Amino acid sequence: MEMKGKKVIALGERDGIQGTALAECAKSAGAEVVLEMTHCFV
Amino acid sequence: MAERFDRDEVVVLLGTPNAESSRLYALTVKDGDPSWAGALAGTQLGLAVYHITEPDVKAAIPSEIYDEHVALMAMVLDVDDIAAAVRDVRNGHS
Repeated sequence: MEMKGKKVIALGERDGIQGTALAECAKSAGAEVVLEMTHCFV
Repeated sequence: MAERFDRDEVVVLLGTPNAESSRLYALTVKDGDPSWAGALAGTQLGLAVYHITEPDVKAAIPSEIYDEHVALMAMVLDVDDIAAAVRDVRNGHS
């Protein structure tokens, strides 16, 4: 898939991959992160 | 947020820990909240949704960045089940 130039909504979860990590990956792939959050259901 | 942009240019990237939560998130941003409990109940955003551990997504990310931020956690997740769940929703086979 091509992420370059896409607007990314990064929905992380505390028990999985956190939003900050998703955002770093998306940015490094050339995407713009427009929303980043980490949910916690504990 | 999703309605501010052209839906073709928006990608939702998930970091959910299992297939069930991945399916729930993916359904919510594509077809609307399946539990009809939240603000997106009945709202079909139709967004493209992927999990960060899917092979196609991993391939788009520089390996050193993926290894630093995702690889360790991916080792303990059932990435095959997660990928299948999100792919099914994307392809409309939920």
